[in-house]
Amino acid sequence: MTAIPLAHVLMLASILFAIGFMGVIVRKNTLFMLMSLEVMLNAVGVAFIGAGSYWQQADGQVMFILILTLAAAEVAVGLALLIRLQHKYQSLDIDKLNSMQG
Amino acid sequence: MNIDFASIEMLFYLAGAVAVIASLKVVTQKNTVHALLYLVVSLLAVAVCFYLLGAPFAAGLEVIVYAGAILVLFVFAVMMFGLSVDETLHAPQSRGVAVWVGPMLLASLLLLELLFAIDSIDIQQKLTANIVDARQVGKLLYGSYLLAVEIASFLLLAGLVAGYHYAKPDSDMHSVLHSQHKKNNPRSS
Amino acid sequence: MELILTYLPFYPLISFLILISFGKRLSWQLASFFSVGAMALSAISSGVLVYHLTHIDASVITVHLWEWFNLSTGDSASEILSGVNSTVNISFYLDALSAVMISVVSGIGFLIHLFAAVYMKEDENFSRFMAYMNLFIVAMLILVLADNLVLLYLGWEGVGLCSFLLIGFWYQDKANVKAARKAFIVTRIGDTAMAIGLFMLFKTLGQLNIADLTQTAQQTWEVGNESAYWIALLLLGGAVGKSAQLPLQTWLPDAMAGPTPVSALIHAATMVTAGVYLIARMHGIFLLAPEVMQYVAWLGASTLLLAAFAALAQTDIKRVLAYSTMSQIGYMMLALGAGAWSTGVFHLMTHAFFKALLFLTAGAVILALHHQQDLFKMGGLLKKLPVESALFIIGLICLVALPGTSGFFSKEAIIGSLWSSSTAGPALWWCAILGALLTSIYSCRLFFLAFLGESRFQTSLHVEDSKLLRLSLIILAILSLFGGLISIDFDTVFPVSLSAHQDPSWLHTVAILTPFVGIAFSWFYFSSYRKNQGDNITASSSSLVIFCRNGLGFDWLYQWCLIKPYCALARLNRRDMFDQLIMFNAWYVKMLHETLSASQTGNLRWYAAAIGLGLVGLFTVIMVGVGSI
Repeated sequence: MTAIPLAHVLMLASILFAIGFMGVIVRKNTLFMLMSLEVMLNAVGVAFIGAGSYWQQADGQVMFILILTLAAAEVAVGLALLIRLQHKYQSLDIDKLNSMQG
Repeated sequence: MNIDFASIEMLFYLAGAVAVIASLKVVTQKNTVHALLYLVVSLLAVAVCFYLLGAPFAAGLEVIVYAGAILVLFVFAVMMFGLSVDETLHAPQSRGVAVWVGPMLLASLLLLELLFAIDSIDIQQKLTANIVDARQVGKLLYGSYLLAVEIASFLLLAGLVAGYHYAKPDSDMHSVLHSQHKKNNPRSS
Repeated sequence: MELILTYLPFYPLISFLILISFGKRLSWQLASFFSVGAMALSAISSGVLVYHLTHIDASVITVHLWEWFNLSTGDSASEILSGVNSTVNISFYLDALSAVMISVVSGIGFLIHLFAAVYMKEDENFSRFMAYMNLFIVAMLILVLADNLVLLYLGWEGVGLCSFLLIGFWYQDKANVKAARKAFIVTRIGDTAMAIGLFMLFKTLGQLNIADLTQTAQQTWEVGNESAYWIALLLLGGAVGKSAQLPLQTWLPDAMAGPTPVSALIHAATMVTAGVYLIARMHGIFLLAPEVMQYVAWLGASTLLLAAFAALAQTDIKRVLAYSTMSQIGYMMLALGAGAWSTGVFHLMTHAFFKALLFLTAGAVILALHHQQDLFKMGGLLKKLPVESALFIIGLICLVALPGTSGFFSKEAIIGSLWSSSTAGPALWWCAILGALLTSIYSCRLFFLAFLGESRFQTSLHVEDSKLLRLSLIILAILSLFGGLISIDFDTVFPVSLSAHQDPSWLHTVAILTPFVGIAFSWFYFSSYRKNQGDNITASSSSLVIFCRNGLGFDWLYQWCLIKPYCALARLNRRDMFDQLIMFNAWYVKMLHETLSASQTGNLRWYAAAIGLGLVGLFTVIMVGVGSI
């Protein structure tokens, strides 16, 4: 048992998650959205680690590693897409990419 | 209540505060590179949190993979392909050293914190008491989570292929070039 | 004998099938051979049957072909108890009444077919025309031969259909189509009433065979029974529609839009008298409802006078004859209402003779004048078309009922039966006398306008010198003149009315003198038409004359009271209310679709925000759930 209460860890995770989410919604630049996504993923990692520490189990860290993998793949694909967008539209403005509408 | 500034809790809250501030900066920054730097700080702060939570292995991974690899990927992409162009146009002009002050302050705060934690014997004792070490993680990872690891490896492979495919130069142009190239030099395909 | 009766309606049916199948590929000779030949066979068969019926001691011939379907009242127990047979058969029933009808239908039908074959020779749809005519004969024969009311109704609707098809035969002209539609719809009103009458009959008596039904009704119901009253009233509705009596008379004058043989066959001689036949056939029911018989008499009388007034003002030769037909059917109805069944049917027969003659002669005149039907553009035809004129005069004197002609015998019999009848009376007698006076006046007017004076047309006459045409006209003329001598014994069909009263002796004299008074009156009154020297005379344009010419405003009345409101209703409900209810579902789904579709902005940040909102909502629900527990 650490001295840090689980509730506080989860609060930190929630705050980070909310900040990341706000970034995704507010920013128009796709690159910033990608970074905000990283922040969100990181927040989830914090939650997992906190829980694993609370119960003294390794599962939390295993989950964190999987999240890490996911983040790596996501960033690879996301950045490749950004490069493509930049080539095609000379812009990263997400609002210009709204041709897939109902 | 007597607040002990040297306790693990206080260190954790401090690191958490740094992470929150840095994350806010990431979201609100205009300059892409600055935002990336703040992101690095945020990640490092989270790594400190992990360390304090008794997960040094995760903290190491956070620093090496996240701050080391992924963020470098970001920086490379931004720098090499000019992704930062459109937003920096509207951003205020760089004012020399001033823009470095924020990240540096936060980063040094973290450094101080780490140094303090390592230096303090009391904290070291408390930390090692409830550590979940890499051995346990490894056992579990390659035991019951083996399937998840395999799937994650597929995910990485898919990410690799997709990244390669999307980041190629213009496909039409490329295919034309490619076919011409093929004609001239059949071995190159 | 049964075999001849069985085949009777099938000759024209086969001819119809041949003509309608091969249509225009048949030459004129072949098409007319089939249709007229089939009619000749039918006419001969009817002749044999009538001879058989009158000279051999058999009052009724029945023939059962096959069972059509089985009707059930839904109460099988009572059916078994009462032993009611509710099968509907295709079977024919021939007695004196239907014998008269089949000889009129097939005999006059044959002559009119003969005439039509010449008259319609030039028409490109000749075989279609003859096919419809044949189909009409089939339906009419089924109507008069039916032994049950369902089969009768089949024939009833069949003749209605053929009437519609033939009025609208020249369908390229919009007015003809309109007339056809009008005829169909107006008669449909009567037919609906009749159908309801049939339902009521079946409901109350459980059977539809005419002979059984009449018997059962007379056994179970007393005179003045309420169901008998309503059934008779509804049947009268059907008869009124078909026979163009008040208030459903408006279709008949417009029906003259059809070819003249059609007017002769359907709208003068046969179909329009189907209503008379129906009432005569169902007299067993009508006898149980004396009030309805009074209605019949009054309806007949009012139609008789109304049509006579309208005929006085017409300018179209065919419309004069149409109103005259209505008026004469009014006489028949009057006779039926007075309980003089046999005289009514007798007048039906003689009227068929002379009205067919009049129509066909008018058709010959119209043909000679290049389809000119306006009386005021005729004149002086007596010298130019002597044969036709003579034939027309024969027809007219029969219509006017000069002594010795067939019309005289039948009409005087009708008038004579009125005075002392329990359901008619002196008032109706005076109506009939007035009608006879008017008849003679409009007949004279017609004759003077068309045949006397100087000719008012410039075109040369188109003389169709066909022996077939003349032949059919001459046979009809002979029938018209001497048809009154045919005596039919209806004693086996109708109850013998025992007239105990002695009519005043002056009645007969008045009735005979009336037509002469009318002729004398018109001789002076219409002297300008008679002595016209070729200068253009025109129809009077006073409002009274125009009012009469338009059938005393009934068309106008219906236009404003029924058609306009219905059209307005239809227009109101053009977007069908129930349809809208169903369309609401579609609209609802479409609206949902559009809402969701609008939410697909393609804007990624909105999607992210939506996910966040969803999460918030989910958490709220969970929180509230946890809080409540």
